[in-house]
Amino acid sequence: MAPHASIERHEYPALVTETQVRRGVAARTNARNSLMRRCFPLMVGSATGIFVLIIAALFVELLVNSLPSIRQFGPGFLWSSEWNPVTERFGALPFIYGTIVSSLIALAIAAWIGILGAAFLAEFSPRYLATPLGFIIELLAAVPSVVYGLWGLFCLAPAMQHYIEPALQRYLGFLPIFSGPAYGVGLLTAALILALMIVPTVIAISRDLLQAVPAEMREALLALGATRWDTFKMVVLPYARAGIFGACILALGRALGETIATTMVIGNRPAISLSLLAPSYTLSSVIANEFTEATTRLYLSALIELGLVLFLISVLVNSLARLLMRAVFGTVVRP
Amino acid sequence: MTVRPRPLNLFAYLTCALLVTCALFLPGQSRAATELTGAGSTFDYPFFSRAFYQYTQNNPDVTVNYQSIGSGGGIQQFIAKTVDFGASDVPMNAAELQRAGGPVLQIPVTLGGEAICYNLPGIDSGLKFTPDLIADIYLGKVTKWNDPALQKLNPNAKLPDMPIMVVHRSDGSGTTYIFTDFLSTISSEWKQKVGTGKSVSWPAPSSVGGKGNEGVAGQVRQSAGAIGYVELAYVLQNHITYGQLQNKAGAWVSPSIETVAAAAATKPTVSATDFSIVNAAGANSYPISGYSWVMVYQKPADPARAALVKKVLSWLVTDGQEVAKAVSYVPLPQNVQKVALDTLGRMEVGH
Repeated sequence: MAPHASIERHEYPALVTETQVRRGVAARTNARNSLMRRCFPLMVGSATGIFVLIIAALFVELLVNSLPSIRQFGPGFLWSSEWNPVTERFGALPFIYGTIVSSLIALAIAAWIGILGAAFLAEFSPRYLATPLGFIIELLAAVPSVVYGLWGLFCLAPAMQHYIEPALQRYLGFLPIFSGPAYGVGLLTAALILALMIVPTVIAISRDLLQAVPAEMREALLALGATRWDTFKMVVLPYARAGIFGACILALGRALGETIATTMVIGNRPAISLSLLAPSYTLSSVIANEFTEATTRLYLSALIELGLVLFLISVLVNSLARLLMRAVFGTVVRP
Repeated sequence: MTVRPRPLNLFAYLTCALLVTCALFLPGQSRAATELTGAGSTFDYPFFSRAFYQYTQNNPDVTVNYQSIGSGGGIQQFIAKTVDFGASDVPMNAAELQRAGGPVLQIPVTLGGEAICYNLPGIDSGLKFTPDLIADIYLGKVTKWNDPALQKLNPNAKLPDMPIMVVHRSDGSGTTYIFTDFLSTISSEWKQKVGTGKSVSWPAPSSVGGKGNEGVAGQVRQSAGAIGYVELAYVLQNHITYGQLQNKAGAWVSPSIETVAAAAATKPTVSATDFSIVNAAGANSYPISGYSWVMVYQKPADPARAALVKKVLSWLVTDGQEVAKAVSYVPLPQNVQKVALDTLGRMEVGH
C-alpha cells in the first residue's frame, strides 16, 4: 500500500492524507460508533419526550389542584369580576383583561420598534454601528425582569405621572382610554415596560432573519435599478415576514407570562377600567402577590385556577398564531 | 488539518457537567453545627436573621436557617413537617390546626406597628387622623385632602384641594391583616363591607396596590396626594412622613417603639385565639399594632433536635428581644415574654 499511497500523495497530497486519517479514525472508533448509532435516536427522543411529559404533568397538576375552585365557581369563574379573599368569592375576568390588554399593547409598540430597529441594523446601518448596537440590544434581552420592574417603579412611573400622562390627558383626554386621574402606575405603564422588555427579542430575531435573506435576491433587484428602500420593501421584508411574525408571537408569549416587572408597575387593582391610565392586574401578578399568604384550600385553588387560565391563554395564543400564519403566509415558521 | 471534536465527546462533557451539578446539591459529608430550619413570615426576617446570627455567635454548635417565604408558606411547610418551626404574622386558625395532625404551640416572638404615611407637598409628619377618618378614606368616602373633617382636626395645616390616592399592599401580608383588623374594630361599616384578612377587596375607587413595604412607600413617596400604611421598622429606617392617630383614650400618638410596646402592655395575656391588640386602651397606646408568631409541635418527632429548638426559641423571646430593638422591632413586654416561655415549657423534648 505504501508505494501506491506515495504516488497518490505526490499527485494529491492533501486528499490522500485526509482519507487515510478518516479511515484510521473510523476503524478505531467503530465499536463506539455503533453503540452511539443505536443510542442516539433514544437520546434525542428522550430529550424532547421529557418536555412533552413535563407539559402534560404541568397541565394535570394545575387541573387537579384547581378542582375545588372549579367545583365551587364553575365556568362563571371566567367572567366574574369579584376577587374577595375574605368572603372567598373569586373571579378571573379583571386579571384576564389586564393580562391580554397589557400584552397586546406591548406587542403593538414593540413590533413596530422591533422591526424598524432590525431593519436599521440589518440593512441601513454602517457596520461599525451595527455590531456594537446589536451587542447592546442582545444585552438588554439578558437584563433580569426585576431590574426592569425597579426601573419602572422608580423612574418610569413618576415620569408617566408627572409628564406623559398629563400630556396625554391634555391633548387626547377626550378619548375614554386616557380619562381619569394619573396614578403613574397602571395598565399603560405596565404595557410600556413590557414593550421595552420584548423589543430586544423582536429586534434580535428579526435582524438575523433579515440578514439571512440571500444576497442574490437583493442584487437582482438592485441590478434592476431599485433603491435600497425598494429592495427592502419588495424583497427582503416579504422574504422574512413569516419569521418576523413568529418572533412577535414569541415576544407576546414572554409578555403574557411576565410577572415581577408588571407586578411592580401595574397598580394591582382587580378592576376593569376603560382608561389605560387606571391601575389593573394580571394573572401572573396576582399569583405572585397572593400565593405565599393563601392559606385556605379554596383560595389556593382559585389562584391555581388562574395559573391554569394563563396556561390555556398561552396555548390558545400560540395555536391562533399558527393558524393565522398558515392562512396568511401559507407556511408555518417556528419562532 | 484540524481535528474536530467527536460528537461522543460532547455528550460525555454534558454528562459530566450534569453529574457535577447533581453532586453540588448532595448534602455535605460532615457538619460541625446542627442546622435548624424555620420558614414563614417575611415580616420577621430582618429580626430573625440578626437574632439567629447573634445566637450562633454565642453558641457555635447551632445555626438556624430561616427562609422568609411568607406566612402562608411557613404554615404549609410546618404542617408538611419539613421545617423545625414555622413563623406567621397571624396565628394558625382552627382549620389549619386540624390539618397539622398534632397539638401545636404558638408563641408570640415580636411586635410590629404600622404608620400611616402620606405625601402632601409642604406638609411634614404629624398630621392628625382619627380612626374613623382613616376608615372613611380607605372606604372611599373621603376623597379630597381638604375634606372638612380633616381640616377641622388640623386647623393649622394648609391642606390642598387634591384627590386622595389610597395605597395598600398588593401582596398578602400580616401588615394588611393588622391594618384591616384595626379598621374592622373601629368601623362597623368596614367590618361588614370588607372585613379582616391578609388580602382583602379594597373598596376605594382610587386604590393602588404596591408590592411589599418598599412598594407602598415608593408609591406614596412618588405620588403627591397618596396615603398608605407601612411597617414601623420600615418607617423608622427610612425618611417617610407619617401621621398621628387618635387612640381609644382620645390621645394623639405617633408610631414608635414605645407607643407600640405600651399598646401591647395593656393586654396582660395573649394567646393564639385572643391576640388582637389594635385600638388598645391606655393614654400612650398606638392603635395599629400586632404580634408575630412562631409555631412548634408540642410532641416533636425528634426530641433531641426539638430540645435545641426549644433552647433557641427560649432565648429568642427573652434575651433575643434586645436584638429586636436594634433593628427597629418592638421587644415583647415582660408579661408576654412570660406567656411565651410558659408556652414553650409545654414542648415535650429530650434531655
